[in-house]
This record gives sequence, C-alpha cells and structure tokens, in this order.
Amino acid sequence: MSEIVDAHLVVDRGGFRLDVRLRIGAGEVVALLGPNGAGKTTALRALAGLQPLSAGHVTLAGVDVDRPDRPLWTPPERRPIGVVFQDYLLFPHLNALDNVAFGPRRQGADRRAARALAARWLERVGLRAYERSRPRQLSGGQAQRVALARALAVHPKLLLLDEPLAALDARTRLDTRAALHRHLAEHDGATLLVTHDPLDALVLADRLVIIEDGRVVQEGDGATITARPRTDYVARLVGLNLYRGTGDGHSVRVGADLVLTADDTVHGDAFVAFPPAAVALHPKRPDGSPRNAWPATITGLQRHGDNLRIQLDGPVTVAADVTPAAAAHLNLAPGQEVWVAVKAAETHAYPATPH
Amino acid sequence: MKRRRGTQRVPVGLLLPAALGLAFLVLPLAGLLIRAPWSSLPRRLTEPGVLSALWLSLRTATAATGVCLVLGVPLAWLLARVTFPGRRVVRALVTVPLVLPPVVGGVALLLVFGRRGLIGSWLDGTFGVTLPFTTTGVVFAEAFVAMPFLVIAVEGALRGADARYEEAAATLGASRWTTFTHVTLPLVAPGIAAGAVLCWARALGEFGATITFAGNFPGRTQTMPLAVYLALETDLNAAIVLSLILLTVSVAILAGLRDRWITGP
Repeated sequence: MSEIVDAHLVVDRGGFRLDVRLRIGAGEVVALLGPNGAGKTTALRALAGLQPLSAGHVTLAGVDVDRPDRPLWTPPERRPIGVVFQDYLLFPHLNALDNVAFGPRRQGADRRAARALAARWLERVGLRAYERSRPRQLSGGQAQRVALARALAVHPKLLLLDEPLAALDARTRLDTRAALHRHLAEHDGATLLVTHDPLDALVLADRLVIIEDGRVVQEGDGATITARPRTDYVARLVGLNLYRGTGDGHSVRVGADLVLTADDTVHGDAFVAFPPAAVALHPKRPDGSPRNAWPATITGLQRHGDNLRIQLDGPVTVAADVTPAAAAHLNLAPGQEVWVAVKAAETHAYPATPH
Repeated sequence: MKRRRGTQRVPVGLLLPAALGLAFLVLPLAGLLIRAPWSSLPRRLTEPGVLSALWLSLRTATAATGVCLVLGVPLAWLLARVTFPGRRVVRALVTVPLVLPPVVGGVALLLVFGRRGLIGSWLDGTFGVTLPFTTTGVVFAEAFVAMPFLVIAVEGALRGADARYEEAAATLGASRWTTFTHVTLPLVAPGIAAGAVLCWARALGEFGATITFAGNFPGRTQTMPLAVYLALETDLNAAIVLSLILLTVSVAILAGLRDRWITGP
C-alpha cells in the first residue's frame, strides 16, 4: 500500500495549537474523530490548502505541498484533492450536472467531455434523473451524493470529507452512510473523514485517529478503540466506564478505597473499562463473593434506548444500564443509596502506556 | 370602547409624520402632472432638442454605468475579499463623491482631466484627447458621481455572499480568476444588478458635475437635467415637459427592473 498522505499538521491560531501527525495509504479510509473544537476541521483545511501551516509539512503522493520552513505552499486548486464540505456548498446557480462537471472543466476537459463525465458520476450515485435540478430542489441526502460525485469527479488522490452525514436526518443518514461506504471502498485514493460521530467513524473508516484539544490521544482500528479507550472522551464515545489506576496482577487500584478485579493481568499504570450493561444494582450488599462491589448514590436517571441509564456517585462515578422492570422493582430514584456490582469477566484492564 | 379584532394599531405620533412625509414626496410630482401643458404636449415632445437631450442622457447614463461596472465591481471585490493596510481609508475615499457637492466634483475633475489638468494636459499633448466639454466628459462626470452607489451595493452583496463557495471552487481546481467569473459573479449578480440600477439612476439625474466639467452644449453635452434647467429660464412649459419625460422614463425603467432584480424585504 503506497502512502498518499504524509503530514505533520501544526497550526497556531489565537491560543489554539493543532499538532497532529497523519499518514494515510492508498485505498485507506481514516476517520479523524474528536469533540467540537478539537481541531478536526482545521486539520482538514490544512490538508486542503485552505489553512496554511504554521510548522510541519504536508506531502501528498510524494509531493510537498506545504512546508513553512522552505517556504513552499501550493494553493488548493493545484492540490490533488477533492472535498465534501459539511453543508456541501453546491453552487446554487448551477444544476447538479454542472456542479459535478465544474471540477473536470477546470482540469481542462471541454464542456461536452466534462458533462459526460459528470453524467457518469451522477449515474454512480444514483442521481442521473436529477441532473437538471438546482441544489435547492434536492433533498439533503441527494445534495450529499451530488457533493460526493463532485469531489470524486476530479479523481482526487486524497478525498476529504467534513462531517459528511451531520446535516442529515436519522433515516436518510442510515441510507447515505451505507452508500458512502460503498463509494469509499471503490475509491482507490486516500480518504480522510472528519466526524464527531463514532458510528460514522466505525462504519466508514479502516483506522481511527482521535484528537482532543489539537492533539492525537488515541489511534487504531475500531475494535481496539472500542475495547480499550484511553481517554474519558473516547470512553463516552464508545459507551464504556473508564478508570485509570495502578495494576497488580488481576486487581487494579483506582481510588483510595476501591480495587477492581479483572480477568486480564496488568502491572503499573493501567486502565480499567466495563460497559454500563455489565453493572448490576442491588438494594443491599450482594451475597456470595462479589469482588467488584461498592456502595453508591444515584445522581441521575435518563432513558437510553429501551433501558434506563443510571448515573451513580461513590468512590468513582459510574454509569449503569438497567431494564425498566428492574428499575421499577428497585424503585430507583435520585439520592437513593444502592450497591453496585460489576462482573470481573466483563471488566477489561490494560496498560495505560501503549506498548 | 370597541376594538376591532385584527386591526393593526398605529400610534398617531408615527402616522402623522409618515403621512406628511409621503405628501411631501408625492405633491411636487403631482404638481408637475397638474401643471403640464397637455394640449401642446405631442408637438413639444417631437421637438428635435428634446429628443436629442433625452437620447444623450440615456446614452451617457448607460455608458457611465458600464464604466462603473468595469471599474467598480473589482474595487468592491478588493474591499470585500482582500485584507490590506489602509482598507478603511480606501473605503472612506470611495464614498467621498457621495457627500461631495457635485459641482465641487466637477471642479476637481477639471483640475485633473482639464486641458491644463494633471492628467488632461498629458492626454492632450500625447494623444490629442480632450475630455472637458465633450460627450465623453459627460460620461466621466456621471461615472465619478455614480460609482460609489455601485461599489457600496456590490461590496455589501459580496460580504453577504458565502465566501466558502469560493473555497469549494478552489478545491475543485478553479484559479482565483475563474472562481471570480464562474462562482462569485453569479452568486452576487442580483446585488450587482441592484447597484447598477442605482448607479444608472444617479447618472441619469446628474447635473452639477456635468455642467461644470462638460458644459451645456445642445446635442453634445446637454443632458436632460441641463435642458430642464435651461428651459426654466425661458419657457416654463418646456421645462415641465422635459421634467415629465425624465420622470416617466426613469420610473418606467426602475419599475421594470425592480421586480426582477431589486427584491426588498
């Protein structure tokens, strides 16, 4: 797999500093995931040439396009890129066909050839029938597909997608995500997907790069990241309770009064994670040999899918998912004291320093 | 006291001045219509002096608008899209002709483009071109006075247009010039049209700078407003007829364009 993107993106902007290293191979889809204000869109704009770097470098398909130290800077129109913007930015004065033909025209194709190419792309995204429609006549999902066709019609070596599904309603999102997945699989260049939605990232990307406050906090494939989150943000994204402590064999001390037991073996600085569904609540101290059990106070209840998500305070804060029937049986209410129990088999412990 | 439902209540303190304001604007126009010599109107309309003045006015106002478009749109783009030192000063300079008495503008034009002016003497010596007291001079005077209207309108439209469309065009391989012609211009076309209409209307009514810089030669530099002023000295009825024509033509053209281009809230 040849490398398309080799970048060290450093952007200083009024107190905010983005400092992210990125490598993306041909045919690879990388998701840049992070909370609002983490610098995701800044990173995308730096790759596109819409935001000059303060330091570092951007190399696309072996060609330097931004090196502040030389200094060298290639404007966006001369970079081998295609961008799908968050609100698509289809030109309102052009119909769908001419929007898609815009890029090929600029690359030197004559009007007829550009339109023929655009028609083939609209065909591929299933919108051939809408080629005469103006952007305002298209639905959100259709506009997204036209924007994707427009970005791909220039045969970009690097496809950049900025929150491509964020503007869609839930139903359209499902269909569009599936279609997008198909098109990304067919794209032989590199793809960078910027999103704050973990589901989009997990479905669409081969690899996830998670940034917080301008820095990469975790990187890896979906399975690793969902099983072994390294920050509270990632843990919340993937819906896990996460604690940091000191490991000693099967047990990890996460607070002055709390030691959690896991099946894994860890030593030293370690994370412990378990899903809210693995947490059981009891009115009294559970019988038997519950190793991970502690008293806690309910601080909040809210609906979560078909279940109730209970927030609890104690030696550590914890989220628990219980069925409505169990909640009714226990008569759960904020302020109530309960016992929390977590099975060791569902508790994962792993070293805090990767490798 | 009964209060009818659905009635919008308007305070007298606002209604009275509003009504007076409307009357103040409409009454002079009504006076023009009432005093018009309707019986001799057909004969007066076909007088050669009238038609030539009207034709000259339309031609020069249109040419001046053309000049303003060619020079003013790029100037507006510069003010709206490029950050450069002294931008605020430039913007202030652009609006100077708005507040400057047109006669003063005419004098200033004479000092620069007159036969002995800074640029005029060079034009005269090198190309044998003189601007003052020519039809081209009329266009100069009108463009000078009308350009700020266009620049302000187009700059406003450019600031209102989403600049991210231009970024999208760049990522598709469009140079800045192509982006300007293929994306920016179509996006702000309504604003440019509105600015051009304002500019044209201002140029059509131009008097002070024109008479100072271009003089008052029938058929060459005597536009409608100048003809009205001259007629007022000798023949009041002729002045009324000329005014009526100017009023009809400008209102007709503005009304014709309004629905298509200028959509107010």
